[in-house]
Amino acid sequence: MSDIPSTAAKPAYVRPLDLKHGRIDLTHGAGGRASHQLIETVFRPAFAQTWPGGWQDGGDDGALLPDMPLTPGTAGGKLVMATDAHVVSPLFFPGGDIGSLAVHGTVNDLAMMGARPLYLSVSFILEEGLPLSELQRVVQSMARAAREAEVAIVAGDTKVVERGKADGLYISTTGLGQCRPGVQLSGRLAQAGDAVLLSGTVGDHGVAILSQREGLRFDAPIASDCAALHGLVAHMLDTGAALRVLRDPTRGGLATTLNEIAVASGVGMQLDESAIAVNPTVAAACEFMGLDPLYMANEGKLIAICAASDAERLLNAMRAHPLGRQACHIGHVTAGPAGQVRMRTTFGGQRMLDWLMGEPLPRIC
Amino acid sequence: MCLALPARVIDIDATRQHGTVDMGGVRKQVSLALLDEVQLDDYVIVHVGYALTRLDQDEARQTLALFAQMAADEQPSAP
Amino acid sequence: MKYVSEFRDPQLAQQLAQAMANEVHPDRLYRFMEFCGGHTHALARYGVLDLLPSQVQMIHGPGCPVCVLPIGRIDMAIEVARRPGVILASYGDTLRIPASKGLSLMGARAQGADVRVVYSVDDALQLARTWPDREVVFLAIGFETTTPPTAVAIQTARREGLRNFSVLCNHVLTPAAMHAILDQPEPVALDGLVGPAHVSTIIGSRPYEVFASDYHLPVVIAGFEPLDVMQAVLMLIRQVNEGRAEVENEFTRAVNREGNARAIALTDEVFALRDQFEWRGLGSMPHSALRLGDRYADMDAELRFALSTRVVPDHPRCECGPILRGHKRPQDCVLFGTICTPDQPTGACMVSSEGACAAHYRYGRHQADEVAA
Repeated sequence: MSDIPSTAAKPAYVRPLDLKHGRIDLTHGAGGRASHQLIETVFRPAFAQTWPGGWQDGGDDGALLPDMPLTPGTAGGKLVMATDAHVVSPLFFPGGDIGSLAVHGTVNDLAMMGARPLYLSVSFILEEGLPLSELQRVVQSMARAAREAEVAIVAGDTKVVERGKADGLYISTTGLGQCRPGVQLSGRLAQAGDAVLLSGTVGDHGVAILSQREGLRFDAPIASDCAALHGLVAHMLDTGAALRVLRDPTRGGLATTLNEIAVASGVGMQLDESAIAVNPTVAAACEFMGLDPLYMANEGKLIAICAASDAERLLNAMRAHPLGRQACHIGHVTAGPAGQVRMRTTFGGQRMLDWLMGEPLPRIC
Repeated sequence: MCLALPARVIDIDATRQHGTVDMGGVRKQVSLALLDEVQLDDYVIVHVGYALTRLDQDEARQTLALFAQMAADEQPSAP
Repeated sequence: MKYVSEFRDPQLAQQLAQAMANEVHPDRLYRFMEFCGGHTHALARYGVLDLLPSQVQMIHGPGCPVCVLPIGRIDMAIEVARRPGVILASYGDTLRIPASKGLSLMGARAQGADVRVVYSVDDALQLARTWPDREVVFLAIGFETTTPPTAVAIQTARREGLRNFSVLCNHVLTPAAMHAILDQPEPVALDGLVGPAHVSTIIGSRPYEVFASDYHLPVVIAGFEPLDVMQAVLMLIRQVNEGRAEVENEFTRAVNREGNARAIALTDEVFALRDQFEWRGLGSMPHSALRLGDRYADMDAELRFALSTRVVPDHPRCECGPILRGHKRPQDCVLFGTICTPDQPTGACMVSSEGACAAHYRYGRHQADEVAA
């Protein structure tokens, strides 16, 4: 055995990434060979699957999209763009992870505009020290979510920040979609007399996240409802119902989203608490933390406001879709007082349903 | 004040100082240090991770029976 | 959930409402104070006020530990949280309480103080074990219900020799506050008192007997579920109608006359009465709060960090004081809903969801609109 090092360096040899035990370091974000290697090893193989034939090897700065019309049936429909930054702790939670969330979040933003989601771009802020195995899990989860949603991840960027400057990783996603011709949905369009429909149970995502928080940890069979909603939306649009507003009640929950709509449309709302479905375990977890499921985040539910005469038809269509099985008619839009959401409680009383105040913190009193 | 909920004791550790309770499917470790005696399947009232007291299930049933009695008294009398 | 949902039955609620309507004398007013924020919250959250006869007026009491904490005590918590090496552990409720100079614990955290929200005092102990080189200060708030867990934690810290754990004690006493309400120079007119639920699991029903005997005030101890509150109001109506003044117990499933002897003994062992303690709205009251007893003085954060209380006046137009004393309603305050809102509270009653102002703002404003309409 000779100890003399070989002088014949292998040209362009790069040690393979150790995806099992390796960690992100600052070189992965410096733009050099390590950055390139990360892209080629982790990102490209995963994301190329979401855009068959689209991913080219030029290392170009942008993605060239095909000519319009993008998809059959969308000719003349308006383009919709949405963007969303995803910050969640822990990165992995029952029912999903930050990767699937980043895809579903932006897909849902497009879907709530009545658009069919087509393309996503993604940017990652990675913290020095993040295990490569975790990054790869997240990236593969994103790719899987994108394939299932039939949306292509076509462009991306990565930066690495020093340890302690980010919570593992942050993901920003921007999406492009196209509406069906003639579809117009907006939070400003709710009218007195309209029906307010909800696609399923509320609070699942927010409580699933809280259940994993340090110091709060509890055991409960609660999974995030994280899901892409554009399939359900397409199904609803197919009915031809007079849909006015679609919204996914994410942060701030059902209560806050309805308040936003009431303000934007200058209307009031009257809800029936007993019609709002809450998974009993979610309800119990909220009870013991002193939180209200109506203010907890959802990632796979939508609120639909439509003409009262179309409510039944729309509700039947929602219930026929797997993501809308528990859809319910939860109330109606009133002429006023503008911006106020009121609710008949399960107990038979009447109360206001206000905006979320502050951050939902577990309380003792 | 004092958010507290009834929960069923489903496990008691060897020191009898801690246990696990179930509240409608949510399971949580709690301290049993404030209770003299507690047994599996007891209901306890939990506040900030501590069982404050045992819930007397007979009394709970009686209170509910009292409500029901009151309700019966208030039914409109049959014609 | 067993022993919860049964006490929220809407049909029974309608029938209890009917019973009340049948029994109230139409031409008199029944003024009942619900001492506890838990009852205030239940009244608002479930819309119970809509189900009570118009002759019944509910007056919110001072039984909300967040609301009665004066600004000076929060300033003190912020001061200690800003010391190098300190981790301040607190229940989530205190983070938004307004302190001096527009600050709060949440604001102090944004400026760099290490403030952590815990669900249980045991989580604060765990922080002390995890960070042996840091000083972990637990901001203890609450009435008799929350005090015994703090006592257990202090004893645990002593047993484990956790030298970096201390407690900034703000535990306060319910009967003292009740006396203050009834003994104030211009007492609010009351026909009955809805007594605390969970406080009473610890102290029992006996401490309220003096209010029935000496003040001729009917007292009904009630659970925090909406049917409990309605039943208690009905029991108070009956006492008033029959000219009785007794301590009755609606919450028999969890409260007896003697309370939890073990918890009381623990509290007595670890804590001592303070000579005086400042309450927001009620002023300085003798023997109304607890400090760590002499044997545990080494774990008293006020001594360890040489903290002193400053009396800081509330905002000059804030009506938290009169509201806590039962003299005013939230909607009587000019700040209510204008510059004082749950998002930007000026007074503490707007902070906790059991505070009279926050409860009214969040749940009850529709009633004012309907009256005005």
